Amino acid sequence: MRIVFLVLLYFFGTSLSGFSQDNQGENEALQHAEDCSVEHHDINAPPYNPGKVAVHHIKDQNILTLSFFLKEFHVPLPCLLYVPGQGLFTFSSGKFHPNEHGDGDYAYRGFVLREGAVKRVKASGFPSELIEIDGFMEDKEERPDFVVYQGNCYEIEGKTTWDAGVVGVEITSFYDFSITKNVLTLLLVALLFGWVFFRVARAYKKRDKQAPKGLQNFMEPFFIFIRDEVARPVIGPRYETFMPFIMSLFFFVLGLNLIGQIPFLGNPNLTGNITVTGVLAIFTFLVTNLVGNKNYWQHIFWMPGIPWPIKLILTPIEFLGLFIKPFTLMIRLFANISAGHIAMMSFVGLIFIFGQSGQSIGGGIGGVVISTLLTLFMSCIELLVAFIQAFIFAILSASYIGLAIEEHH
Amino acid sequence: MYAAVGSGLAVIGAGIGIGFIGGKAVEAIARQPEVSGDIRANMLIMAALVEGVALMTIAFSFFVGG
Repeated sequence: MRIVFLVLLYFFGTSLSGFSQDNQGENEALQHAEDCSVEHHDINAPPYNPGKVAVHHIKDQNILTLSFFLKEFHVPLPCLLYVPGQGLFTFSSGKFHPNEHGDGDYAYRGFVLREGAVKRVKASGFPSELIEIDGFMEDKEERPDFVVYQGNCYEIEGKTTWDAGVVGVEITSFYDFSITKNVLTLLLVALLFGWVFFRVARAYKKRDKQAPKGLQNFMEPFFIFIRDEVARPVIGPRYETFMPFIMSLFFFVLGLNLIGQIPFLGNPNLTGNITVTGVLAIFTFLVTNLVGNKNYWQHIFWMPGIPWPIKLILTPIEFLGLFIKPFTLMIRLFANISAGHIAMMSFVGLIFIFGQSGQSIGGGIGGVVISTLLTLFMSCIELLVAFIQAFIFAILSASYIGLAIEEHH
Repeated sequence: MYAAVGSGLAVIGAGIGIGFIGGKAVEAIARQPEVSGDIRANMLIMAALVEGVALMTIAFSFFVGG
């Protein structure tokens, strides 16, 4: 059964190449004589749009904004962009000279930086060396974005609209392999946890049969909790094979959740990105189905012990459940964390709403008081949610694995 | 606009579900105060699962409503 599963997976994987990016056909420089003017793009100008700001802050960006005592630093990150037919472009996103809104003042090789994300200019006739652009037209929902250069408007590739930009996956004509804020944070978290766990492992070897001390002492309740509450009761007698996987899942999700709460590092939103949680759910899917024994597959496709008409109804439901269970894992973690981030951004946006974007100082001060209290409250809830969601992800993955290796009783 | 109405309806379900869980948990603690730690842990887990479903709906309403 494992062979059948792997063969099906191989064919499914190779069929995905049909979704490869295709070049947009239209290649005209648009000349909108009537309204091709640069709008001063200020997110905080009245009327303030909290939804747009919130969604903008949970998306991935090609620049890293660190805030330090009311001053913001934009750290440029490397961009690795592969255009089929033109090769791989590697350059620093500092070439775009980002201003304080995250828009680039310069365009390079037909790419612009729009609200922190690298986008490609769709219209032809746009010069491909480093040029200084005038700006961007004001972003409206009904029409695509335009970059203004020397009085002409050039259309930028738009984002797919079915995900409201929240997912961050766009159908573009280039492959974006850049080290973005999310990628950098993920690597940092992985290195940090690697260092911590290697130290603890060395401490366990050195201090065998002694009481734990220091970092090992701090991590030991977590390990015992995962082993005794999550792995052993749920997976059963063969739990030790899967302990590394479950512990990695738990600590990885916990670390990513917690680092998204730190506002000073530019609020890297990792588990609120559906691709990250999707990959973790894919790992769970692969592990459960590759260790499934005959009992597991039999329970899915031809459940024993019930009359045959019900078996015919049950088989499609169980087969769909095979995919729906990791899917719910992905969506649950994504929705919890990104809802928390959006709520936090909305509470901060309350300051702007009450102060009417800087026009009313009394309202602004009242807004600051209310917003601070609400943000503090929301931060505590988000801390709790970070731990709980990491635990839920781990225990549900463990229970799916436990179902897969259950022996016939 | 309908996306927001949908999210509001989803929150009704979450509220009812978590209210039930909380009520039963508190009753169980009243009957047997010495296992309140166990009961509290289970209550949090169930609440997270119920809330997960409601938040899935809210995530979908983001996708639909923009």
